[in-house]
Amino acid sequence: MSPKILLESRQLVKRFGGILATDHVDFQLPQGARHALIGPNGAGKTTFVNLLSGVLTPTSGEIFLDGVNVTGWSARRRAHAGMARTFQINQLFADLTPLETLMLTIAERENAGWSWFRPVGSRSDFVDEAMSLLRQLGIEDIAHGRVGVLAYGKQRLLEIAVALAQKPKVLLLDEPAAGVPEHEREQILDVVAALPGDVALILIEHDMHLVFRFAKSISVLVNGGLFVEGTPEEIANDPRVRKVYLGEEEVNV
Amino acid sequence: MTDMTLSHQPSPEAVKARAVLLGRSRWGIAEIAFWVIAAACYFLLPTKLSLLSEIAILGLLALSIDLVLGYAGIVTLGQGAFFGIGAYAAGLAAKHGAGAGPWSDPLIGLFIGGGFAALIGFLTSFLVLRGSDLTRLMVTLGVALIVDEIVNQAKWLTGGSDGLQGVLPSPVLGIWDFDLFGRTAFIYSMSVLFVLFVIARAIVKSPFGLSLQAIKGNPLRTRAIGMPVNGRLVAIYTIGSFYAGVAGALAAQTTQFASPDYVAFHRSADALLMLVFGGAGHLYGGLLGSIIFRTMQDVLGNITPQYWQFWLGATLVGLVLFVRGGILGLLAGLRDRATRNGGAK
Ligand SMILES: Nc1ncnc2c1ncn2[C@@H]1O[C@H](COP(=O)(O)OP(=O)(O)OP(=O)(O)O)[C@@H](O)[C@H]1O
Ligand SMILES: [Mg+2]
Repeated sequence: MSPKILLESRQLVKRFGGILATDHVDFQLPQGARHALIGPNGAGKTTFVNLLSGVLTPTSGEIFLDGVNVTGWSARRRAHAGMARTFQINQLFADLTPLETLMLTIAERENAGWSWFRPVGSRSDFVDEAMSLLRQLGIEDIAHGRVGVLAYGKQRLLEIAVALAQKPKVLLLDEPAAGVPEHEREQILDVVAALPGDVALILIEHDMHLVFRFAKSISVLVNGGLFVEGTPEEIANDPRVRKVYLGEEEVNV
Repeated sequence: MTDMTLSHQPSPEAVKARAVLLGRSRWGIAEIAFWVIAAACYFLLPTKLSLLSEIAILGLLALSIDLVLGYAGIVTLGQGAFFGIGAYAAGLAAKHGAGAGPWSDPLIGLFIGGGFAALIGFLTSFLVLRGSDLTRLMVTLGVALIVDEIVNQAKWLTGGSDGLQGVLPSPVLGIWDFDLFGRTAFIYSMSVLFVLFVIARAIVKSPFGLSLQAIKGNPLRTRAIGMPVNGRLVAIYTIGSFYAGVAGALAAQTTQFASPDYVAFHRSADALLMLVFGGAGHLYGGLLGSIIFRTMQDVLGNITPQYWQFWLGATLVGLVLFVRGGILGLLAGLRDRATRNGGAK
């Protein structure tokens, strides 16, 4: 029995004025997927993730999450239905601490965000979970500092910690390792590798070494449209991909 | 594996983290001192009790803006509308309920004033959910202007520009009558301020309060983690309106009067000024701001009756230009620097 499809797009289109940023994309992500989404700059990868996660409304087409049509759902509702994502450009709370950031994420997941009389920290199970997430990402020591003054690499790790704190079924990582120092890249890969096997994962990444270490399947997006899909070997050996995506290298050959 | 059993025990870091989080909601010495001094003013400044009541009421209004602006980031220039609604609602309740049992009881009046303001706040909150700071500024200002106009036009109800006369609240809890020296007014206003402050304090230190600060910081991310952003904003805007309404009700009851001045634009602007002056997002900023604002008005008003606003303005410009975050922002900055230096040694 093949694993069930957790996330699906059908004929998904997004136009920005004259630009066709997402071009009739049919896409399926099964449970447990380790899927890389690659493509040149401006190919529409982030736009695709924005559509899936509900940040943008599609011009046309449909999105299904765990078999349910969520096209008209808000980002909030999709998050509660098990979708989490990270942002290519950090979207964090500069004036809060990493611990507070995770506390409020966990509270929201557990529908405790309306609690208004007990202080933050009164739920010791939340604190425990938040701290062990921070430890997992190696940023436990900065739990109590202001997020806004953290080093870029640490913010990147927190960005991932927030998505993990949502305990998603589907996780979309938009260039999580971009601009992250080498040793912290390893940390990110380790964390991703340690995720529960049934979580469906999409990784957008330009670093081909990372992609080929991580992915069991790859899609190549070009000019908003799905160009090729396949296993890492198929993609690596596909002459069309080499031509479009690795074009510059071919010139050198 | 021992790992399994260990994972049920919180790590030392988690225990410490919990202590850090809970420590933020513990009452500090400075805080306790503030309220002790505030209460002691009853004995220290017996001739200034009316002024002090007024400060407490303005402080409550500024606190209401702090909840909305300082924590949730909703820029508002219309908080005076809710103050006025609260004042007229409580004033009318006292006036027409006089002798008719509970309606004229001041505490009931507070709930009537706060309740009406909260209702209007709730209904208009949907207007401030979307848009930039500038739109919100315009929308809140517009609502305040409408309320102002209604108060001025509905003479049959509000007394128009003459104000609402004959507001005679019953004794508080049927025991303490309002006296000429403002003793009852002081204790009453201070007690209400304190109770509402304690509640506001609990709110901002709760998960709900933290979520407001997160929304202020980054609405995009709060939606992505599944937060009902609009619901949270509606809630705090309504609560803020209730607070402002109670402040207005207090004003009407303690001065036994309500006038269009209570809903005038300058009331919103003054209260906002006090908050910025004291420092938004600290809870105490509005209180401190109202103390300084009213004291300066009083002192400077005596020295240079014509120019006190000039000096007030000059101080404000200086504060905003050279210190980010008002007086409390300045103090917090100094404290951070002190602890950093201390830690470096
Ligand atoms: N909000 C927007 N308004 C107008 N055009 C947009 C918007 N967002 C993206 N675009 C355009 O859509 C196209 C796809 O952009 P997108 O950010 O999705 O690419 P990407 O594959 O994520 O690129 P990168 O690898 O650089 O992150 C680009 O041409 C971009 O200029
Ligand atoms: Mg991108």
